[in-house]
Amino acid sequence: MLLSPAPAPQPMHIPDGFVSVSISIIFWIISILIVAVALRRARRQLGERDVPLMGVLAAAIFAGQMLNFTVLGGTSGHLLGAAIATILLGPWPAILVMTSVVSVQALLFQDGGLLALGANIFNMAIIGVSVSYVVFTGLRRVLNGRAWGLGVSGFLAAWASIFVASLACALQIALSGVSPANVAVPAMASIHALIGIGEGLITAAALAFIYAARRDLLQPAQGSSPGILIGGGIIALALAVLSPLASSHPDGLEWVAEQKGFLSQARSAVYQIIPDYSLPGISNAALSTILAGVIGVVVVFGIAYGIARADRRAAKESSSES
Amino acid sequence: MRSMQPLIEIQNLTYHYPDGKQALNGINLAVMPGEKISLVGANGAGKSTLLLHLNGVLTGEGGIKVDGLALEKANLGRIRALVGLVFQNPDDQLFSSTVYEDVAYGPTYQGLPHSEVQQRVQAALDAVHMDDYASRNPYHLSGGEKKRIAIATVLSMQPQVLIFDEPTAGLDPRARRELIALLHELPQTMLIATHDLPLVEQLTPRTVILNRGAVAADGPTTRILRDARLLDENGLC
Amino acid sequence: MQERYTHSSSPVHALDARVKVILTLVFLLSLNLTPISAWPAYILYLSLTLSVALLARVGTGFVIKRSALALPFMLAALPLVFTGADARPLALPLLRELGWSVPVSLQGLERFASIALRSWISVQAAILLAGTTRFNDLLTALQQIGLPHLFVAIIGLMWRYLSVIGEEVLRMLRARASRSASAPGRYRAGGSLAWRARVTGGMAGSLFLRSLERSDRVYSAMLSRGYNGQQPVEGLEPISAANRRILLAGVALLAALWLFGLLTGR
Repeated sequence: MLLSPAPAPQPMHIPDGFVSVSISIIFWIISILIVAVALRRARRQLGERDVPLMGVLAAAIFAGQMLNFTVLGGTSGHLLGAAIATILLGPWPAILVMTSVVSVQALLFQDGGLLALGANIFNMAIIGVSVSYVVFTGLRRVLNGRAWGLGVSGFLAAWASIFVASLACALQIALSGVSPANVAVPAMASIHALIGIGEGLITAAALAFIYAARRDLLQPAQGSSPGILIGGGIIALALAVLSPLASSHPDGLEWVAEQKGFLSQARSAVYQIIPDYSLPGISNAALSTILAGVIGVVVVFGIAYGIARADRRAAKESSSES
Repeated sequence: MRSMQPLIEIQNLTYHYPDGKQALNGINLAVMPGEKISLVGANGAGKSTLLLHLNGVLTGEGGIKVDGLALEKANLGRIRALVGLVFQNPDDQLFSSTVYEDVAYGPTYQGLPHSEVQQRVQAALDAVHMDDYASRNPYHLSGGEKKRIAIATVLSMQPQVLIFDEPTAGLDPRARRELIALLHELPQTMLIATHDLPLVEQLTPRTVILNRGAVAADGPTTRILRDARLLDENGLC
Repeated sequence: MQERYTHSSSPVHALDARVKVILTLVFLLSLNLTPISAWPAYILYLSLTLSVALLARVGTGFVIKRSALALPFMLAALPLVFTGADARPLALPLLRELGWSVPVSLQGLERFASIALRSWISVQAAILLAGTTRFNDLLTALQQIGLPHLFVAIIGLMWRYLSVIGEEVLRMLRARASRSASAPGRYRAGGSLAWRARVTGGMAGSLFLRSLERSDRVYSAMLSRGYNGQQPVEGLEPISAANRRILLAGVALLAALWLFGLLTGR
């Protein structure tokens, strides 16, 4: 029996309500497309071993997020694991592994919303993995042969995965009009620049351990994945450019409003389908709120009462039978 | 003259799992300095759970005192230096790339100066007869070697009492023999949870039987191990 | 990993998992497509989740307690209260004394409150889904709705090994805690931050290495049981008529709630 609390929600799992439905849908579509590609590529790369390998590693990453170290007093650093998964398994399997982890976290532990899951998968599984891959393979090639090359590449890959993912997260929140971009972006960026250091340190140390024990597991994979390299590079570049642009805009909300312009126009079109109906009472905000409150309370208490009656009847029946 | 107060004193210890199931049911036990005691019982009797209470990993109701110190949150730091817990699976305790680093974890965490750490590591490795293993990678060691390194990682903290959870589990006959010889040599007070009845007979003059979270018997090993009915009642044969 | 599923024999537990998944998604969509300041609608959505919690015998306290998770993210939306077109300095005597002028926007406040409420209720819906459906049923339902087989297999295996590997991590954390002590005298315990991170990294490395080896053993075990790379396909049972009626009723109710929200919102 497992006696541990579920991992605390991390500051990158967006709950429902903090990204708009339109943004959620857009990122759901993007994530589904990319994960579909990953499914085919992973099978091609790993063959029959893919299910046991990815399944068990997903469990390891999920559980590994419980590993912590004290940073300051009560706060502690944790591992997200996208970089480690990428370095150990390669980019396409890592995308599937991280997607599994993030999905189950949302479904079962409400760590991140269900509508927002598409965006969360995009940030943590897709950006996290592709940015790690770009940074790691690039740096490793440059630092080839140096003893500390592995640690540095791992550190920077892990740091970048967290940092760039947080930029995407901030932009999604800003585009949804939930937080002004000139607040969300710097806030997320600075917090995750720090969190990324923890991820980097843990990742580098984990790689050092694995290298000392089983060097063969860290050999560069035969044949890189150019698609991911290009895609990851573009994403990282785009976010790096967009973010300072968004946060330096004098009135962050205005910039967001411009973006929302085309989004809200779509919405008002839908609303216009409903005729300008003013039911007596509904147009009066206070009255309709009170009415709704009364209805709500009646419904809830009605159900509670009904259940209590049913329980009492069941208890009476079973005691009369015994 | 040192007063003969118990090194570990457990009074009426009770513990429930989060799901409500009872794990420990009013345990009373006293461990005197220098004793070597076996803790035996069927699987699920509560042996491991009891051990985890002795250094504060788990917290139940009732009182535990270590060397006169009450076991509570404020004292955990000191108590973990007094009570050395060696877990069953060495892989769970070894996380460095060299034996030295693993054995050095304890004293390093304590904040001891570098020279002191070095001395302690050397002494601990000597005690387990692995003095030339300091730069080896624990991952590549055999099961028996890993077990001894795991013991060294605890010895480097110079605890007053050593607690073992199934020390001979999974060892081949030779490694087992060597481990028992090592445990015989070590001077510390010991509490050993085990299924290995021959070990119990060889090593520990006193045996405590645990059954369903309560103490079912506590006395001289020779008497207890000869009592076939007692062993049978408690799932030990 | 404690399962959020709490067993009970309520009508909600007995519902087809596919119906529950679809209704939860429709609920989330209609709630989050409800405009801001639609307080009457929000109240009705809340009474809906509380009613389902009661029907499911999981208790309203359970749902409310667990839904406090979204709180930290509320901070992200807080700036809305202070920005916004109609931001005016708050005329509190205390602030005037201190010479502070805190602009507060009523529109921003309404927006913030709406986001917070919608998010809170959304989390409750997700909690109800997880709390009334066994994980394996959930996975099967998702597969029948369209989740690819390979994915289902990966998640299934992950779930199967989560408690095993989770316990491994727990043991590692306990072993480390057992060796984390203080020394008498003027020594500062804890070591440096970098050292602590390195130790944690070593634990992670050990964990992943052992998991890689475990996956080899799992693969061998699967092979010896006849695994050939094909995933078993769950038989597609059609949704029963009773469940279909509940599904339609639920969707209709949510659509009506959504329209109500449109009328009462801004």
